[in-house]
Amino acid sequence: MRCSVAIVGAAETTELGKLPETSQIQLHADAALNAMKDCGLKLEDIDGIATAGESPTSLAHYLGIVPNWVDATTVGGCSFMLHVRHATAAIEAGHCETVLITHGESGRSRVGRGGYGRNRASLQGQFELPYGPMGAPTLFTLPVLRFMKQYDVRIEEVAMVSVIQREWAAMNPRASFRDPIDVDDVLESKMIAYPFRKLMCCLVTDGGGALILTSAERAKDFPTRPIYVVGSGESVETPMVSQMEDFATSRAFRVAGQRAFESAGIRPRDVDHLMIYDAFAHLPLFGLEDLGFVGPGEAARYIWERNTAPGGELPLNTNGGGLSYMHSGMYGMYALQESVRQLRGNAPAQVDGAKVSFCLGVGGMFGASGAVVLSNEIL
Amino acid sequence: MFNATGRASLYSYVIHHRSVPGHEAPYAIAVVELEEGPRMMTNIVDCEQTPEALVLDMPLEARFESVSEEISLPLFAPREPGPGE
Repeated sequence: MRCSVAIVGAAETTELGKLPETSQIQLHADAALNAMKDCGLKLEDIDGIATAGESPTSLAHYLGIVPNWVDATTVGGCSFMLHVRHATAAIEAGHCETVLITHGESGRSRVGRGGYGRNRASLQGQFELPYGPMGAPTLFTLPVLRFMKQYDVRIEEVAMVSVIQREWAAMNPRASFRDPIDVDDVLESKMIAYPFRKLMCCLVTDGGGALILTSAERAKDFPTRPIYVVGSGESVETPMVSQMEDFATSRAFRVAGQRAFESAGIRPRDVDHLMIYDAFAHLPLFGLEDLGFVGPGEAARYIWERNTAPGGELPLNTNGGGLSYMHSGMYGMYALQESVRQLRGNAPAQVDGAKVSFCLGVGGMFGASGAVVLSNEIL
Repeated sequence: MFNATGRASLYSYVIHHRSVPGHEAPYAIAVVELEEGPRMMTNIVDCEQTPEALVLDMPLEARFESVSEEISLPLFAPREPGPGE
């Protein structure tokens, strides 16, 4: 069944950044219409929808779509990787023909955005919230001191992740931050939650994106180059970062990543282009190790030695990532968009001859993961 | 189920530089590993909230702080290492 489904439409919102005039559902709609325009489809051609952070009922109503298939899987920022996986299975099973996956998030301006409930009776409410965490900057970051001690990683090496991603962002006209930075700039930026400084944390911006998938057979008739879904994986671990099995590795990354490689029938050396969801500077370190691109404890030095930088052997987060490109809250959609651009050959920082892109997402605070392997050839 | 001794060690932490209700910055949000194995989130008390004072694997012991008539929270303070630690 491998390569039986392809991404035929892909687009982001017309604008990214600060968009106080645009509500969240409008961001979904803008991205969806742009993706349909990209591949020449009309609303009545869509018979399956998937979204997270917004009700698929609201989305279908707002756009006027009558879906045969609906997926509201919501496990955080990697939800869209899971949607790609589920949509591939649904199209293969004949549940629907053409699936629209949307993301839109008024992460900065917070227009028409539902609030996050802080349920005191939840596991997190009972066992983590009493100790004063305030969202991702104090939770996602919690494992890093243990990771650094276990593998003898210096804070300068963590800061280098941000520096190199800014190099990629500098080539991208749509990136929020494009001015070059060095390790000193990162380590002199405002302390947020020791050892994390502001430039080691992602942006908070508004925006959206959408993907359209259909069968590889139908994809031949589209004006866009089909980008095949050649493998995928998904998993969850824990809603509480304090209860991760091991602070030096993500089980969800390992499970989702291994299944994605196996189902694609490829190994890390076959990957031309890599996206690793970078809400914070340590995530690419975990991702590189947990996916097996490098051994345990080797990622910091691998990045420090510029292997993932422009001109390096493994181009990583080539849009500038959540650290420099954009981050609305559920960034996974933008990682997928960059994989599609690279494989279509129209990325601002294009990797020459990229054939296989691996896209790893994270949800919650290391709570969930989705991995998608894409290719512009039938493997 | 088991009876825990209350002895633990510091597994990881961040030091938050922004105050929230009930916590004045800078304060550490920590994960400790109990001598019996499980880990839990907590705050470290009777200790400077600095990277110099908060050293990974330092020995800790539980202190219970009453936050309401019904709820006490387990917090942890530095302790002298036991023999062989």
